[in-house]
Amino acid sequence: MNQLKSQVINALSQDIRFDGRKPMDWRKIEIEYGISKNAEGSARVKFGDTEVFAGVKLSIGTPYPDTPDEGALMVDVELSPMSSPEFETGPPDVKAIELARVVDRGIREAKTIDMKKLCMEKGEKVWMVSIDVVTINDAGNLLDASALAALAALKDARMPKLEDGVVQYGNLTKEALPLNKEPIAVTILKLGKYFVVDPIVEEEQTFDAKLTVTTMDQTICALQKAGKETLSINEIEKMVEIGIEKAKEIRKSLAKPKGAK
Amino acid sequence: MTYPKRFDGRKINETREIEAKAGVIKRADGSAMFRIGKTLAYAAVYGPRNLHPRFLQNPREGILRVNYTMMPFSSKGERVRPGPSRRSKEISLVTANALLPVLNLEEFPNSVVDVFIELPQTDAGTRCAGICAASMALADAGIPMKDLVAAISVGRVDEQVLVDLNYDEEAFDGKVADVPMAVVQRSGGISLLQADGEIDKDQLIKGLKLGQETLKKIFDIQKKALKEKYHMENGDEE
Repeated sequence: MNQLKSQVINALSQDIRFDGRKPMDWRKIEIEYGISKNAEGSARVKFGDTEVFAGVKLSIGTPYPDTPDEGALMVDVELSPMSSPEFETGPPDVKAIELARVVDRGIREAKTIDMKKLCMEKGEKVWMVSIDVVTINDAGNLLDASALAALAALKDARMPKLEDGVVQYGNLTKEALPLNKEPIAVTILKLGKYFVVDPIVEEEQTFDAKLTVTTMDQTICALQKAGKETLSINEIEKMVEIGIEKAKEIRKSLAKPKGAK
Repeated sequence: MTYPKRFDGRKINETREIEAKAGVIKRADGSAMFRIGKTLAYAAVYGPRNLHPRFLQNPREGILRVNYTMMPFSSKGERVRPGPSRRSKEISLVTANALLPVLNLEEFPNSVVDVFIELPQTDAGTRCAGICAASMALADAGIPMKDLVAAISVGRVDEQVLVDLNYDEEAFDGKVADVPMAVVQRSGGISLLQADGEIDKDQLIKGLKLGQETLKKIFDIQKKALKEKYHMENGDEE
């Protein structure tokens, strides 16, 4: 075991973490809506010093052949080199791709957006929803922060006006996106025999296994395991319970009144 | 719509027909074929061999590099565009993570073990079939391993918890969750876990237990196939 890991685990054995939190504590979570006036919806999310921006752009396009009566959703996360010395410019590496796909799956599989309502003309014309998350500062747990920012930006979004079937960007109606669900991602790290949520960088550098649990109330909509160590079914059960419980606290911060737009 | 009986008549804990064979690609250091129903996976292992570019090298241990590919004509729907996609890159990553817990690569610093997975025909469960084939191919290549890994998808279709969902079940018009899982044989530890779709905690745990049971049979099939290959090779020498 390397030195950092033994220090992290030693602290956890005394029920404390490097930043003074208990294992099951979130850092301070802040959500600010409408941070980019040009996006149809946008939000900034902070988990302590971790900070990400998310924006929604809407456009009109042709539906995918297998879902001719549904709008389309694209979710991308960019690990900006501004946010960590670990990140580099250029095409996304596999870590960034995994992160983006876990965020994407949470929103897609929860059926967060009522895609049928985004159909304008079956097989011909549908709304395309693009969510882009860009990281600003990586102080750990970019995944949960990105998932929350994507959801917050969706909640903030307003449909743009249409004139002769052409999108009038910058001219938003009062109509929100048809949202049904609020999927919340909670990543639980296993370090030695301990579990923590909302990891900081030192914990992300030393964990044995981790599980991202995305839930809507009591129901799971996406899971993703990572890390070199295996997990037992009992550990998975415990982690899913933690995911369901800790998501409730995030939902409270989401429910706060939104900023002016 | 309810789902009282499986489309193809299987029991809830019954996999599709499985066929496995080791040593199917002669040029490779190790290889295997694994077929489950209509999903067919080939895996080839090269290495340990020199790793280039050099900056990727790890002086403490060898690295495992997995490359998962669906052949362009392999899908039930449209042609799969060749070349890496976001999906294939993620699957390559989780496949490597699924296999790493059983590998001993300390003896091979600065080297790489390359695993190539190709699917000529698919009907759901591709990453699991790929992992089953890759685990056998690594053993066939003589890479130091603590154990075998096998994988299966479990999940829920309507209110049923099932193993080995096929494409029609994944596409069922109702509540569906697909939960691919990989297990290390002796410890039963879970080295890959993903989930797509709505499932509650009790259904998930039930599915994981069903999966663990089912995988015991798959481990037997893998071992039998590996033994068969070496039996044949020994036979040649006699």
